[in-house]
Parts: sequence; C-alpha cells; structure tokens
Amino acid sequence: MSTAATDYTREFPVVEGRPKAAELDATIAAPLDQFPSRVWWIAISITLSFLSIGVFCIGMTLYKGLGLWGVNQPVSWGFDIVNFVFWVGIGHAGTLISAILFLLRQRWRTGIARFAEAMTIFAVMCAGLFPLLHTGRQWLPMYLTPYPNQHGLWVNFTSPLVWDVFAVSTYFTVSAVFWYVGLIPDLATLRDRTTSKIKKTIYSVFSLGWRHSNRHWQHYERAYLILAGFATPLVLSVHTIVSFDFAVSVIPGWHTTIFPPYFVAGAVFSGFAMVQNVLIFVRQAFNLTHIITLDHLEKMNKVMIVTGSMVGYAYAMEFFIAWYGGNQFERFVFLNRALGPYAWAYWTMVSCNVIFPQLFWFKKIRRSIPAMFAIGILVNIGMWFERFVIVVTSLSRDFLPSSWGHYAPTLYDAGIFLGSFGLFFTLILIFVRVLPVVSISEVKAVIEGGQPSHH
Amino acid sequence: MPMNEKQQFSLTALFDTPDEIIHAAHETSSAGYTRYDVHTPYPVHGMDKAMGLRQSRLGIFVLVFGLLGAVSSVLFMSWVTLVDYPLVIGGKPFWSWPAFVPVAFEITVLLAAVLLVVTMIVLYFKFPNISHPLHDTPYMKRISSDKFGISIQADDPKFNEREVRAFLKKIGGKEIGPVYFDLEDLDHGQTMFDPKFLGVLALTAILVAGATYSVFNQILFLEPFSWMSTQAKQKAQRPSELFKDGIGMRPPVEGTVARGFLPYPFKGKPDEAGKNLVNPLFATKEVIERGKARYLTYCSPCHGNFARGDSRLRGQFPNPPTLHSDKVRNWPDGSIYHVITEGQNVMPSYASQISRDDRWATVLYLRVLQRAHNAKESDLK
Repeated sequence: MSTAATDYTREFPVVEGRPKAAELDATIAAPLDQFPSRVWWIAISITLSFLSIGVFCIGMTLYKGLGLWGVNQPVSWGFDIVNFVFWVGIGHAGTLISAILFLLRQRWRTGIARFAEAMTIFAVMCAGLFPLLHTGRQWLPMYLTPYPNQHGLWVNFTSPLVWDVFAVSTYFTVSAVFWYVGLIPDLATLRDRTTSKIKKTIYSVFSLGWRHSNRHWQHYERAYLILAGFATPLVLSVHTIVSFDFAVSVIPGWHTTIFPPYFVAGAVFSGFAMVQNVLIFVRQAFNLTHIITLDHLEKMNKVMIVTGSMVGYAYAMEFFIAWYGGNQFERFVFLNRALGPYAWAYWTMVSCNVIFPQLFWFKKIRRSIPAMFAIGILVNIGMWFERFVIVVTSLSRDFLPSSWGHYAPTLYDAGIFLGSFGLFFTLILIFVRVLPVVSISEVKAVIEGGQPSHH
Repeated sequence: MPMNEKQQFSLTALFDTPDEIIHAAHETSSAGYTRYDVHTPYPVHGMDKAMGLRQSRLGIFVLVFGLLGAVSSVLFMSWVTLVDYPLVIGGKPFWSWPAFVPVAFEITVLLAAVLLVVTMIVLYFKFPNISHPLHDTPYMKRISSDKFGISIQADDPKFNEREVRAFLKKIGGKEIGPVYFDLEDLDHGQTMFDPKFLGVLALTAILVAGATYSVFNQILFLEPFSWMSTQAKQKAQRPSELFKDGIGMRPPVEGTVARGFLPYPFKGKPDEAGKNLVNPLFATKEVIERGKARYLTYCSPCHGNFARGDSRLRGQFPNPPTLHSDKVRNWPDGSIYHVITEGQNVMPSYASQISRDDRWATVLYLRVLQRAHNAKESDLK
C-alpha cells in the first residue's frame, strides 16, 4: 500500500509501482494466455450448477406455465419483478463508473471501468430474463415491440411498461456498444502479441483492423466522449423509468414522486456493492492489486456511503409524507411495512442499507477488505429486500381488506433466482478468461510518464 | 517473385517516449508531409495539435442522428395514437405528449449512439479492414505495446526514400525501416461470381429460409405453444373430467331458490292468506301503470277491461262475476293475491305468468278500478 493514499491532500497514483507499458500488457493479458487454474474450474462448476438449476426451472415454467410460481392475486408481481429491478440496479454502477466518472474526469475509474461495464451488460441480461418470463407466453416477445401486425394493433405508448421495454433494450444496446468500442484497441494489442493462430484470427476480426493510428484516435476519443455523454442521462433514465412502473400506478406505497431519484440512488448503491465484491476476488486472482488498488476500493466504499445515505433519506421521507400527506391508505401501507407480516423484510432492508454502510465513515473499515466485503454483501441483501418490500407489501394489502393476500415464493421462484446468479457469475468467469478485465490502452495512458511532460 | 518488385507502402520509425513522438509529429507536419500517420498505443495528449489535425466532426453526425431519432419517434407515436389506432386511455387526450417523452428520449439515444459508432467505424476508419500493409509488421507489434511510431507513406508527394530516411533519423527515430504491400492482398482476384462466394450465399439463403419456415410453421405450434387452442376449461355439451358423474353443467344445490321465486306458503289456505299477507307495494304511479299492463294482458279477457265481468270471450269460457261486488271490495289484498296465485273455481293459477311483485301491482290496479266504479263525491274534489 502506498503512503500517498493516506494523504488526502494529494491525488493518489492511479496505478501503483510505476509499471512499464509492456509489463502492463503482460499482466493484463496473463489470464488469457494461461490454462485456467483449479480455483477457476471449481468456481465455474459451482456457477454452472446454479445456472442449470435455473435452466431447469425456466424450462418447467415454459412448459407448465406461471402456476408454478408463487404469484397470484392480489400479489401478481413477485420474485420476477423483484429480481428484475434488483438486476437492473446492479448494472447501474458499471455505466456510472464508465460514463459519469469519465465525464467528471475521475482518472481512477480506468482500472475498474472495463470490468464494471461488463458487469452492467451481464446484469442487464439477467434482468431482461425476468420480465420476459413474467409475460407468461414467453414465445411471443415481439408483442412487446411496436411492429406492424395482422391484428392492426400497436403497443400503448403511454404505458410505463412499454417505456420500460424501450429503456432496458436501449440501455443494453448502448452499454454493449460502449463496451465494445472500448475493447477495440485492446483487442488489437492482443492480436499483435498472441502467438496462437486461432486467437489471432479471432482478435483480428473483432478488432476490425485497428492500427492505433492517431488519425483514428482523434475520432475515437471524440466518440467515446459523446457516448459517455449519452450514457449518463441514459443510465439515469433507465431506473427512473423502472420506478415509473410503480410510481405511475395508484397503489398506495408506489404512487410517490420520490421514486425516480430514490431508485437511481439505490441502483448505484447496490451496483457499487456488487462491483466491489467481485473486484476483491478478481484483483487477487489475477495479480492486479497494483492496478485495481485498495484506493479504488476505498473510493467505491465512499460512493456507497453517499448513495446509502440517500436511500436512507428516501425511506425516512416516505414515512414522513405518508403521515404529512394525510392519506389513510398511504399511512396504513407504511405502518404495515414496518409492523405488518413483512416487518422482518422491512427491518432487514433498513439495517442492511442504512445502518451497516454507515460503518464506512471509519477509515479502518473502509480500507479493510474483509469488512468491506461483508458490508458489500449486506448491502446487496438489503437492496434485494428493498425491492421485495416495495413490490410485495404494497400489493398484498392495498385498499380493500377483503382482497388482501399473502405472498410466498415457490421453489421454482427460488430456482430461477439462483439461476440468474449462476448466469451472471458464469458470464463473469468466462469474461475474465477471454477478454482483458482492465482496459490496457486506458491504463497505459494514466501511468506515470504516460503523457508528454510539457502538457 | 524478385524482391525489387515489391511495392513499398511506407517508411516507419519508432520513438520511446510521448515527448519524443509529439516532437516528431510536429516536425513531420511542419516539414510538409501530408500522407503520414502517427501510431501510439493509447491517445497521447496534444497529438492533434502536433499533427495539425482538424477537430473531429463526429458531433455533427450525432446531432443529425439524435434529431432523427427524436423527430421520427414522436411522429410515429403521434401517428399511432391519433390516426392508426386511437384509443382512450384513462380519459386522457389521444395526443398526450408528456407520455411520449420517455420513448422519444430512448430512441434518440439509441439512434445517436449506435449510428455514431457505425459512422465512425465505417466512414472514418474504413473498417473492417484486416489486411492493411501495416498489419503483422514488427512495427505494428511494437506500437501496439509500448513504442510510438511514425509512418510516412510512399504515396506522399514529397516522398523520397533517402530523404525521408535521413529526416526520420534527424528527428530521433529508431529502427527505421520500410513496409511493403502484401502482394497477395494487392492481387485479389475475387469477384462477385466467385463460386465460393455464391455457394456461401446460396447456403445462407437456404438456411435462413429453412429456419424461418420451421420456426413460423412448425416449432411455434409444438407443445407448449398451443396458442390457447387447448384450454383446461369446461366446454358446453362436453363431459366433465372433474366430476364423477361426468356432468359438466352442474344442477343447483338442493334447496336452492331462485331470486323472486320463494315457494308460496298459503297453498290451499285462502283465509290465512287474506289474514297474513300484506301488499309490499305502494300505490305509486309506476306501480299502477305496471298493474294496469298486467291486468289488461292477463285478467281483462275474462274479467273485462273494467272488471265488470263482461268477458270478451263471447261464451267460449264461463263468465266470471263482477269484481265490484261488496264481497270482493271488502276482501283484504291478500285474498285477491291468493286467487291470482292459486286460481279459483274454473280460473287457473297465474303464478307462472305474473311475477310476485306484478301480482301485487295488479291487486293495486284492481283497487283503482273498484274505487273508480264506486266513486264518492269527495273523490272529484
């Protein structure tokens, strides 16, 4: 650990130990050239097992129908929507790191941006799975899009659910494009250093023939800036629109204007927790501790205090408005959350999201890897329960006591949820083996001596 | 093929530090070379100025693409909600533009971002192109890792092998060397009618057509894609699989009474009916009208339009007595109701033709007739 990191009057070096550019190539490309280690095989066999449980449960759902799930009236949105919002939220950290921090000229983002972007894409894939399954007839996904059809029908453009289709698919496409654009120079570097003919062909095709030409870099940098400029409002819009799914309805506990900022803050919060958790393993496993430094992890923990406090403020404000607004249904819903049959979920959410992250005010905890890992896990548990509390408590007890109900997930719900984790971590494990987890060209540009001295 | 027939692409030189390459790029552009390129493993600050490049104009493209997305999506949604499929949703106007904002925003971002990248790659970079002369050269291998390089092309108007070599040496270049065109690449005799190409094309067409046919005509109709043609519900006139007796249309539970059809408790007990039954209706105008209609339909053929016992049936059926007799006038409502319900002597029961409430309304109308027939002086006031 460098001593400079504890002196906050100085900016810490983005990359520790002054590595040479060629050394960076070797370090970052190392996992791509070696035969996977034993740990990797164990890890992927676990994630593939989870994935196959998920695939089985999805297959049964496709064949038998949604009756296998716990959803029914009045709680017609259960694990499927909870998991959808959870996974979309996880993705938000990636775009925040790659786009918003880029616009804010936070150079420390270079070490973690590639990985966080990959995580965004995988998380959105997991998220997209759930609403698709939720539709019931999963082989008719085209009904979600406006296309000329024999029924003469169009989608309802004034429905938040349709906005959601546009928002999530745009988010996925733009994130993937952004990620791929960032990969092109690295793929060219890999193409030029590999000795395997097959790998060379693959890298050649996907690097499109990149030549590191400055006549190209010029446009490339401009395009990257514009993409970051687009991705920033896009990422804010996505969780805003996800929150509209709830806020535009009239269900008590959903119909509030605080939802968009509250959802975005929560998304960034959970996303950073997930990035931090996974990076702790990646930096150790692939000897990247000098590129993804403890300072990076500390900065992520700081973002978690900020967003966690925003989420805590939103919880408090919801209660205040429920009382201040004087709507008896709204007031009941919030008392029911804190004291009703799902009170255990509510208090899990509050303690994991509001109380534990506040420990990051202590520098020792902020810089202790076991402590931050534990808090990161708690944050993700808490954020999952936040969505559970929002979706389930409001639906299970709304206006008419005669139509109240209780929701309990089935084994199939749990299996598909487990499967989504399997999918996510399988994709991550494949990603760390086939593509550079750190942007080679971006890191080279920020090492000491990487830029002209007179500039 | 002899060596000297090789066609030269450029002369390249390597540099070690960012400072050196900025200096070298500046020198090269100042010396008047135009067909040259600087290669660096990452973007080096200040290179555009050193090379004298104009600002990238990608921003203009993005503005156009973004506006295209915004305008086309708003126009499309307006057309759908105003012209092609107008639908009232929540009592809002057809053209409720605030609801279009999210989709318009997403389409703007989508078109702008995707087309920006496509424009950059295809128009500006002329990619994909994986057979550039610089590819696979030792020069390229170094500059994609840790060196910086300049390549002055042979098609530059000022190009002269010896002068360029000396120039590159002067500005500090190392490992100066020529790069040649790959002869195989130069002589690509491929045409559109290459049998291999046509074969791939035909194969693709067959595969796509086959896949499309099988998906849309076969796979989409396999289980569980039943398109709701098989449904677990009871269809009319079909045996039930749920009940043991196989009857789909279930008889009502024993003791079920239909609304308005409570069993008559005074069967054969006219006196009790007269004592116990109370007319539940009030003599409002609507009730009297209702009773009049029933009376004229069911009662008047025998009893006469004014209940005088003047049958219209001209002896085909025995004439009943007048209903204006003291006996009937002094009957309680319940007794008249009982007679309508049960019948009397040759008069049959009208319970199945006149509903319960209508019978009471008919009784009230009869009272009206009776009062009209025996009107007092005071009634006229």
